[in-house]
Amino acid sequence: MSNFAGMTTALHQYFKLVRHEVRLEFKNYHALTSLLVYSLATIFIAYISYRQSLDPITWNALFWIIMLFAATNAIARSFIQESRGLQLFHYTFLNPAVVILAKTTYNILLLSVLGFINLSAFSLFFSLSIHDWGQFSLGLLLGSFGLSAVLTLVSGIVSKAHNQAALVAILGFPLLFPLLITIIKFSGNAIQGVEWAINQPNFYLLIALNSIIVVLSFLLFPYLWRD
Amino acid sequence: MKSNMARSWWWKITALALLFFTYYEGFLGEIPRMPILNETIRNLYFHVTMWMAMLVLMICNAFYGILYLNKSDLYFDLVADESARIAMVFGIAGLLTGMVWANYTWGAPWVNDPQLNGTAASLLIYAAYFILRNAIPDDSKRARLSAVYGIFAFVMMIVFIMVLPKMTDSLHPGKGGNPGFNKYDLDANMRMVFYPAVIAWTLLGVWMMSLRVRIRKIEWKNEDQ
Repeated sequence: MSNFAGMTTALHQYFKLVRHEVRLEFKNYHALTSLLVYSLATIFIAYISYRQSLDPITWNALFWIIMLFAATNAIARSFIQESRGLQLFHYTFLNPAVVILAKTTYNILLLSVLGFINLSAFSLFFSLSIHDWGQFSLGLLLGSFGLSAVLTLVSGIVSKAHNQAALVAILGFPLLFPLLITIIKFSGNAIQGVEWAINQPNFYLLIALNSIIVVLSFLLFPYLWRD
Repeated sequence: MKSNMARSWWWKITALALLFFTYYEGFLGEIPRMPILNETIRNLYFHVTMWMAMLVLMICNAFYGILYLNKSDLYFDLVADESARIAMVFGIAGLLTGMVWANYTWGAPWVNDPQLNGTAASLLIYAAYFILRNAIPDDSKRARLSAVYGIFAFVMMIVFIMVLPKMTDSLHPGKGGNPGFNKYDLDANMRMVFYPAVIAWTLLGVWMMSLRVRIRKIEWKNEDQ
């Protein structure tokens, strides 16, 4: 019974934290706008560098590279923007596993929205020919999920290492290789419009990867927490 | 690995004997005559086995990372650090021997092969591990953060080198319609060299690691005085 009560408080804390993150973001929305401008400017740079429609393989890779940089930029600050006092408050009253899950959830939401904005900007500048929009959108969601989950844990590590923002990219990119390879393959298949049965192994692999990442951050983050 | 194990001599003698055996058989032993592979098949005793030694040391790194997180004893962090370092050495050696082999059988030192990419990725991951370690001046904090990163990195790397290559075609034996090692290993002669060679390189790696650990412990002691 007490276990159940603990679960409900944890859930309560979790939803409260996610809501708090969203509210914080909209309160100083210049961070949000700068993020948007960053990825739009990157896409525009890609457009003026190529100046022509790209073949699917190239724009798919380009899209995910831009997503990777946007994600790094967005998530690197997720533990930094909080004041020392707020961190102390979290540390005293909250369960660390709940904190990492809430932060990860918020970053997933943020990056998914950003992903769809990026996609529409891409379709404005390059003529995209995606055969299976459903599969591509699913890939976009799964990719945002994985990118956010890995980078949130990494930024948690970096926040304890004197907040050197450049470290997030250095530590995060090598960890993202397996995810990026799979996601690029998955969305590449979606662009070509191959049958679901062929793309299914990649889908399962993405689900498995994302679950492994979340479970690992759930298990490991409490060790970062105690200071 | 406790210090009395590090000081005992029998397994070091075994390592030396097996290494001598590996080199002797590797350069002079009987090998099956295979098309394309020809004499390069001898590299099996060096390239693949060094790579396995690297894997053992990486497992060691993750294992001691977990031990550190549970016990908070800096000795475990020391072992984790040094095993990652020696794993890097073996990884680079395995990569170089592999590139020589690839140059003669596949025609180029670097081809787009999932296993090659996996090795490159694991080297980059452990390079990032050392960058993280260098960025943190405080001992116990460095140990904690690098243990967390090391465990996470290890799991990601296993996915990359064990799971992903199974899902794509590879030029390596046993994948993408290529004949597996079993075909070569039917030659019982090679099997008799291959397994001892794996043990030899692994023992050498552990030996190198334990020496580094002992040097660092002496350094600690000197700093304390």
